Amino acid sequence: MTMRLYTFAVYLFLYVPIGIIVLFSFNSGRHASDFQGLSVKWYGKALSNPFMMDALTTSLIIAFSAALLSSIMGTMAALALQRIRGPLKPLFDGMIYVSIMIPGIVIGIATLVALVTVFDFLNPILASVWPEGANPPKLSLGYMSVIAAHTLFTMSLVILLVRARIAGMDRSLIEAAQDLYATPWQTFRLITLPQIFPAILAGFLLSFTFSFDDFIISFFVAGTNSTLPIYVFSSIRRGITPEVNAIGTMVLAVSLILLVTAQILLRKNTGKSSAAAE
Amino acid sequence: MTAEINNLPDADIEFRDVSKRFGDVIAVDNVSLLIKRGEFFSFLGPSGCGKTTSLRLIAGFEQPTTGGVQIGGTSVIGVPPHKRPVNMVFQHYALFPHMTVAENIGFGLRQRKPKPSRSDMDKQVDESLEMVRMSGYGNRRIWEMSGGQQQRVALARALINRPTVLLLDEPLAALDRKLRRDMQIELQTLQREVGITFILVTHDQEEALSMSDQICIMREGRVEQLGSPRELYDLPVNRYVADFVGKTNFIAGTVSQVSGGTITLETEKGMSFSGRHSPETKMLSPGDNACVAIRPELMLIGSDSESAADMNTDIALSGQIKNQIFLGEHTEYLVATDIIGDVLVLSPKYIESRHKGFGPGDRVSVGWKNEIALVLEDS
Repeated sequence: MTMRLYTFAVYLFLYVPIGIIVLFSFNSGRHASDFQGLSVKWYGKALSNPFMMDALTTSLIIAFSAALLSSIMGTMAALALQRIRGPLKPLFDGMIYVSIMIPGIVIGIATLVALVTVFDFLNPILASVWPEGANPPKLSLGYMSVIAAHTLFTMSLVILLVRARIAGMDRSLIEAAQDLYATPWQTFRLITLPQIFPAILAGFLLSFTFSFDDFIISFFVAGTNSTLPIYVFSSIRRGITPEVNAIGTMVLAVSLILLVTAQILLRKNTGKSSAAAE
Repeated sequence: MTAEINNLPDADIEFRDVSKRFGDVIAVDNVSLLIKRGEFFSFLGPSGCGKTTSLRLIAGFEQPTTGGVQIGGTSVIGVPPHKRPVNMVFQHYALFPHMTVAENIGFGLRQRKPKPSRSDMDKQVDESLEMVRMSGYGNRRIWEMSGGQQQRVALARALINRPTVLLLDEPLAALDRKLRRDMQIELQTLQREVGITFILVTHDQEEALSMSDQICIMREGRVEQLGSPRELYDLPVNRYVADFVGKTNFIAGTVSQVSGGTITLETEKGMSFSGRHSPETKMLSPGDNACVAIRPELMLIGSDSESAADMNTDIALSGQIKNQIFLGEHTEYLVATDIIGDVLVLSPKYIESRHKGFGPGDRVSVGWKNEIALVLEDS
């Protein structure tokens, strides 16, 4: 009984603040601490705020690009990693887990330092080789650097999901395709890819959510750009408004939908393959 | 080039001194064999004897460490699986779960160059479904099919490509006994209909005996004996083969005398037994370890009072029935004899009517004629 009460208290502690944010996003009054009645006016206000919409667009572009890149590169890495045997295998396995567990602040600082160093090294070279008269490109922090940093840490998620799926796949399916005259590429396209696709899609959705929600890494490498979390953070410094609550609620809703979809994809997939194996 | 001309025209598969190593393990050890066109050929042996590796060498999933493999007179060393004119039915069928029955069956045709027309493919898929008695199931999903149906789809998927050789890797192992029996008959009928070479891998001696034209018995990567089911059963080369194919009683001993085709052994207890020298076995000489092998159905059982002369046999041993299994057309007795231990006797119905029938605990005589006993190498 005490155990149950304790569990209940923990959940209360976890979810009440989130519940309050959701509740107050529907507040008709202008103060975050004073609930005056239900209204969706703050949603309208948030969606018509050009700064917030800019930040949202930036976040969506970054999250989509990072998720796409990490899905492709993560899948390729997972396919390559399953062939590795011997003493290198635990090393690679370990490195995947480590890259998930490294605190965001470390990835943020490390990526920032790495990018700035590379830019400082490349920019003079680019300027010197560029034709006279034309403006040489100047590498700097921005969309690309955030996408790169996000791809880096979400790729491990894709690798883990896809690899689990490959491990659960019947190897004889690949042999059967080869036996039925499929070239290695056709085997991949017609058999392996459809088999692992739900895992790739789940990886894409998870990567999207992680990238979309990330604050710390983006904060370090975004340069002058604002992603949605950065915008929310900076507007909170001017006080918590119901508008911020409305944005938070929308982000929460989108994230939850994506996470649940990813879960359903992964579960449905294993159910189907086990039914076929019987 | 000359090698190809020298080949027998009806040789479909040829292994020449083929060995396959996986690290320190020798899966196939210097095997040479020939499989004729249109034959139902079986690799038989316990797990780990190299039979599956041999099949995978033909399919191209493995490359031999040394030696040569030929299909239809052409060397296939280095040729990947998708370029070989053979198709395989996998142990657990390996049907593609994300495709329908018809898509599975048509998979091989779709990879063909030039690709057959849509209507031509559909027609062939329909014919294949009909061949395995699955017409109307084309749009079903794989997981809706029962084990036997999946088995048929796997067969159709392989046979639609009209391969030179069909490879079957323990295809019936996952089916229950009754269904297995039906599928054995179906496979045999199908093989005669399509007329292509079938190569079966199995650990089930009954399956191999009832279906094959030729059987290759393997042990630890080597070919122990290759022959027709009748040859293997009647003239096994050694104790291992006799023991693997059917049930056999063995009496181990040392060769004491060799005269013509008859060999006499002496057991540890000093008893002498004689038998024919099996023409397949290497010549034995006095001092060699050997064994006398007697099939249970060639033994006679009589009441305790009967002598060898009464039973019209050369040997009569007395013993006590330990166990009795009624099998309908036969009765199987396990008799604990006083001198050679437990002996299995299979007694047909018409012999059973000669006496009143025995039960566990009864004292009986068991006997056999020396001419039906085979003397084999004891290995």
